[in-house]
Amino acid sequence: MAKIILQYLVFPGVAFSFFIGAMGFWLERKLTARFQYRIGPPWYQNFIDVAKLFFKEALMPRGATKTIFIASPIINLSAVILVSIILANNYFLNISFVGDVIVILYLLIIPSLFTILGALSSKNPLALVGAARETKLMLAYEFVFITSLIIAIIKSGNSIMMADITTMQVLNGPNIASASGIIALLLSIFYAQAKLCIVPFDMAEAEQEIMAGTVIEYSGPLLGFYKISKLMLYFSLPLFIISLFIRIHAESAFLRYLIFFAIYLLIIFIMSVIKNINPRMRIKDALGFFWFRLFPLGILGIILALLGL
Amino acid sequence: MKLKEKLLTKSLWVYHLSAGSCNNCDIEILDCLTPRFDIERFGIQLVGSIRHADVLLITGAMNKKSAKILKTLYEQAPKPLFVAAVGICPCSQNLFKGSYPMLSALDEIVPVNVYIPGCPPRPEAIIAGLAKLINKINTDRRHK
Repeated sequence: MAKIILQYLVFPGVAFSFFIGAMGFWLERKLTARFQYRIGPPWYQNFIDVAKLFFKEALMPRGATKTIFIASPIINLSAVILVSIILANNYFLNISFVGDVIVILYLLIIPSLFTILGALSSKNPLALVGAARETKLMLAYEFVFITSLIIAIIKSGNSIMMADITTMQVLNGPNIASASGIIALLLSIFYAQAKLCIVPFDMAEAEQEIMAGTVIEYSGPLLGFYKISKLMLYFSLPLFIISLFIRIHAESAFLRYLIFFAIYLLIIFIMSVIKNINPRMRIKDALGFFWFRLFPLGILGIILALLGL
Repeated sequence: MKLKEKLLTKSLWVYHLSAGSCNNCDIEILDCLTPRFDIERFGIQLVGSIRHADVLLITGAMNKKSAKILKTLYEQAPKPLFVAAVGICPCSQNLFKGSYPMLSALDEIVPVNVYIPGCPPRPEAIIAGLAKLINKINTDRRHK
């Protein structure tokens, strides 16, 4: 019993994913700083930022719908905690259940959904703009991510279980070794970029334009919950991508962890390169990019996967 | 509460209000974020919303219109909030003192924690001012 609780709360559950996510986000900030010839924040910066928010006052905007305003960051965080527990337990301990791919897909939609609801409940016009943008963006990226998920499912012999996807990759080599796998990886990296609100797709939280958009009215602990869930997503989304497409098997545990962290760093690096060489897209361009560029690519990937490529 | 101040001083999030300035001080504030000065290495960040802010950075002489906005912003911010006056205009109203759109000095509207004079202050001076603010928060724990 104690072991299970430890698995869920410490390793590879909540504490571990929060720590790695915070380090991943720090790495992204540091890389961004280095790209701009700056020095960048120290490694513990994200922990301090989050901890500080819990000592600040939480304000309630006048006219806000109280229950939803308070509940949405908490539901947001709990969905992210659930998804990171499921994913990390699957990756590190091979614990899986039937249909967990679908569960993860649903749980990953909840953070965006409740960000939108929280923004709408605050009755701030700029938050409203942010929520509208997030809704449109969600329509774009979820659509594309499902195609890349379908590719992984086809590759695993039509199974919607993470364990089967893993076993298939351990037996036949990782999915990325095929043409459709590369396409799916590309799509899912763009999905992660949009989900995490990183620059080409950060129009929902555009700080310079609509003053932090969806989270504009949040302060203190409530903002802290948002920050924690974002940091944990920094771990969970790359982990999801890795376990779907780049699951490389090694005999010794040490080597397995080494491979995982190497790939994780690589994904963070790719995402921060995309962030630093692109300006923020307009919402129209982002929709066009996802629907008319990436979605046909996804269909092509599905066809290739069905052909066994 | 020592921990609270320690955390706060290591991650000051700054909200920048231009209360009728000539833009020189605003440019100098942006200079602090550039590679040469890079205040992000101290954890200082510019934020978009006042609800996230720890420091309210004010540039420009207060006129009647911006004083109203300043008051609203101060009330909207989560406490503890520190106010920094950047440039000679918010510090002493400079040559605008006594002219028709001016209401009163900045510290008669909101309490000011640190003054950074200069026209405009150099980025070094702004960083020195923020360092003074950090020292002040760490030593004087009676502020709330």
